[in-house]
Amino acid sequence: MYNFEFSKPSNIADAVAALSSDEAQALGGGQTLLPTMKQRLAQTDMLVSLTGIGEMQGICVGDNGELCIGGATTHAAVAADGNYPGLASLAGRIGDPAVRNRGTIGGSLANNDPSACYPAAALASGATIKTNARDIAADDYFQGMFETALEEGEIITEVRFPIPEVSNYQKFVQPASRFALVGVFVAKFADDVRVAVTGASSDGVFRWAEAEAALSADFSKAAVDALAVPSGDMISDLHGTAEYRAHLAKVMTGRAVAAAC
Amino acid sequence: MTQVTMTVNGKSVSGDVEGRTLLSDFLRDGLRMTGTHVGCDTSQCGACVVHVNGEAVKSCTALALDLEGADVRTIEGMANADGSLGTIQQAFQDYHGLQCGFCTPGMVMSAAALLKDNPTPTEQEVREYLEGNICRCTGYHNIVKAIMAASGQDVAAVAAE
Repeated sequence: MYNFEFSKPSNIADAVAALSSDEAQALGGGQTLLPTMKQRLAQTDMLVSLTGIGEMQGICVGDNGELCIGGATTHAAVAADGNYPGLASLAGRIGDPAVRNRGTIGGSLANNDPSACYPAAALASGATIKTNARDIAADDYFQGMFETALEEGEIITEVRFPIPEVSNYQKFVQPASRFALVGVFVAKFADDVRVAVTGASSDGVFRWAEAEAALSADFSKAAVDALAVPSGDMISDLHGTAEYRAHLAKVMTGRAVAAAC
Repeated sequence: MTQVTMTVNGKSVSGDVEGRTLLSDFLRDGLRMTGTHVGCDTSQCGACVVHVNGEAVKSCTALALDLEGADVRTIEGMANADGSLGTIQQAFQDYHGLQCGFCTPGMVMSAAALLKDNPTPTEQEVREYLEGNICRCTGYHNIVKAIMAASGQDVAAVAAE
């Protein structure tokens, strides 16, 4: 890893100032960025750690019933929180215990790995990604593989999750990386059902609109059985073909619905 | 170079490090504490697991400067005050929980983190918790057995095949 200057601001304003230079890069828990920098796939002149910012840590339930998670909150902390069981279960299956003790929700969402777990939860829950500058709806936030609506130097300070009536995340684990080969998060709210699929598409996480419509009318595994995910945009690699991933997305959706019922 | 200060195994230590210096580098090269092993250096194998403020962390994937003021515990801090093996270490010896021994520091530190939160885990919970610790001798059965024994449970029924 090439060397860099390191800074660790203690509040959001100082972090934003430190990140104003073109050469600066934000660091969450580092569980993706540090390995990436070791491989020299990324480099920076200035690394700004966000883990020392107290106002970006912790979990609470807001006045409107939403779960508010600070951007620098670890996966382990989310996994231990009882307010949104579907989300806690997802967080408890990211990586391994040591990774979960360092990795953060803001870091995961900012990176938007096409096989990461959190993007599925954020999109299926209709979460709001709050930054130092604005609020971004999850539907507008994810813009393709490793692409997000974040501007240079913009920091995810908090993520707000509406808590569904029932929810479930089914993750088909790629056993070497422990990322999702395909993961599906199903969230049933009073008015509608949202289904988000990660790991499958070359455009990153996506909502499966057909399944959402079917499940909103009939929240049962049978409602999904007759549907099919088009394989055109799916990832194809040595771990699975596009057709395999498309099929897996449907199977995982069915399992998530069955588990949530 | 920047000075970093932290507590390692109860002792305050400091040293000059670069921005890119990993905790594992600081421990091994800076403090000459080579008990913490670096297997893969890509956060896959878990040989480098130490405790940071009581939590298991892969020391090859944390920057030393990011841990200014942290309370770190390494395998060197796991023995009893009189130098005899700690409970988990002793169980690894008793149940042959190591072959080449390279993964053992990480295994012991992960086991200690598990037992802190879950003093009597099931065999399945032990196996799941060790997801991020790889033993290339594939000696998992006896590692699991050792951890179950260290938690004071009967290990007669733990798989041995």
